[in-house]
Amino acid sequence: MLDILMGAISLGLLWAVMTIGVFITYRILNIADLTVEGSIAMGAAIAAQGITMGMSPHAATLLALIGGMTAGLVTGLLHTQLKIPALLSGILTMIALWSINLRIMGKANISLLRMNTVYTQLETLGLDKVYAVIIIGLIVVFALITCLYWFFGTEIGSAIRATGSNPHMVRAQGINTNTTIILGLIISNGLVALSGALIAQSQSYSDVQMGTGSIVIGLASVIIGEVLFGKKNFYGRLISLALGAVTYRIIIALVLKMGMPANDLKLFTAITVAVALSLPVFKQYLLPLRKSYKGVE
Amino acid sequence: MVKDVCKTFHPNTVNEQIALYNVNVRMREGDFITLIGGNGAGKSTLLNCVAGVYGVDRGTILIDNSDVTRLPEHKRAAVLGRVFQDPMMGTAANMGIEENLALAYRRGLRRGLKWGITRRERELYREQLKWLGLGLEDRLNDKVGLLSGGQRQALTLLMATLKKPKLLLLDEHTAALDPKTAQKVLEITERLVKENNLTTLMVTHNMRDAIKHGNRLIMMHEGRIILDIEGEEKKKLTVEGLLRRFGRISGEEFANDRALLS
Ligand SMILES: Nc1ncnc2c1ncn2[C@@H]1O[C@H](COP(=O)(O)OP(=O)(O)OP(=O)(O)O)[C@@H](O)[C@H]1O
Ligand SMILES: [Mg+2]
Repeated sequence: MLDILMGAISLGLLWAVMTIGVFITYRILNIADLTVEGSIAMGAAIAAQGITMGMSPHAATLLALIGGMTAGLVTGLLHTQLKIPALLSGILTMIALWSINLRIMGKANISLLRMNTVYTQLETLGLDKVYAVIIIGLIVVFALITCLYWFFGTEIGSAIRATGSNPHMVRAQGINTNTTIILGLIISNGLVALSGALIAQSQSYSDVQMGTGSIVIGLASVIIGEVLFGKKNFYGRLISLALGAVTYRIIIALVLKMGMPANDLKLFTAITVAVALSLPVFKQYLLPLRKSYKGVE
Repeated sequence: MVKDVCKTFHPNTVNEQIALYNVNVRMREGDFITLIGGNGAGKSTLLNCVAGVYGVDRGTILIDNSDVTRLPEHKRAAVLGRVFQDPMMGTAANMGIEENLALAYRRGLRRGLKWGITRRERELYREQLKWLGLGLEDRLNDKVGLLSGGQRQALTLLMATLKKPKLLLLDEHTAALDPKTAQKVLEITERLVKENNLTTLMVTHNMRDAIKHGNRLIMMHEGRIILDIEGEEKKKLTVEGLLRRFGRISGEEFANDRALLS
């Protein structure tokens, strides 16, 4: 049981990085960006191929981050310069990345067994891989949250936040919303690819299929984080995202343990997200009900 | 300052709409122009062309003698202050009052990785909000989404003038408010314009307000300017007189649902 829990926490921390990326587009920019499905697999592909070719794991991970940022840039340019709707721009990049990822890897998947990864150093100190992943995951997540908290408090960061809230006002205040949207997409997809690189190294393989459905997992984590852990200030919101991602993994581990077939996972996640997203609608119906009950008492 | 606007504007729809037809306005520095006209006369279009929301088909737009005709909206914003009809348009609802002000305070400046708001600014904002007299000075961190329409418009006005604009564009910024709040916001507008000696172009649907405020009144009809009255002549204007002159020039009844109601 402890093994399962630790496994879920370690995986959750790595997916937290991706969740923060999804949060930046979905909540801050107010865009549902499907690029992430491609950029998470791209991060994994670049890291795996880099390591296989003899790069240091850290350099390969950094390269993955840059690859993801490029993917975000492409979506941003499609959307802002060619005026393709954001959703479609993301889908186009995602589809393109499928072929690109296959080219990067040269095949559908790469095994990283017995290769050096970013976790190897801690493992050689005698740590189990799970704990090595948890430690690295915690370091990365907290470093990220700190950086992003700072960044979104700066002049540029504030402009990006305002863009998602009201682009008219942002332009009226002399800010180029094309720039802020592109910047947001770059940061988001960079983080998603970083997450993909870390995940591939923890599970010791990279697969071109890895991104399928990841946007839904990201959204589920965002929503679970917001519902369960509140969202007071920006720092708290970022922390709640990480907690949401970990909680999601624990929930999944538990339902699998209780005997749900792994193939039903995506259905389960989709239903969870649909229910969570429709909570406001349900509340509308339930609140008057509850009030009228109280009235009767 | 001389501003010279002259342009034709066809939105490229199937049923082509001529919204502005050879419009010429030469504003002098310190002018406070009220702009009035029926529904679809082209008032909003004119303001949007000046602000760069739409490009123009023909003609040039000069602000302070520099040609801005080809400049994108966000670049022109450096010298423009704008308040919109919809109170939602001018502010970012899920950001705080001070965050909104801080965004406006940097209008026209390069934005970098400096912290988005400084302590010294906060004092300035508090002072300015106090000056509005709406009790917002104690709510710097409140989300703007929590404010009433009137409070939002007052805040947007403050944001538009925090960095003194060369031209203040107000597009029916009191139309969505109840009469009492509208008067309050108009009074704030008047004070802001006077105190900062702002060159202002204010669209209003209310003839009485158009006569009462400003030193110059322009009336538009079907994309053209049909009246341009200033100085002593404007001071003597009455609503009836204005309606009569409109009827004589256009040969029609004045058709603005909101103006007739007020
Ligand atoms: N984006 C647009 N696309 C197509 N037609 C437009 C657009 N904006 C305005 N128009 C048309 O241009 C004409 C002028 O509209 P405009 O909004 O400038 O009028 P207005 O004087 O502001 O009227 P109101 O008092 O109703 O606000 C109208 O016929 C309108 O239908
Ligand atoms: Mg209008």
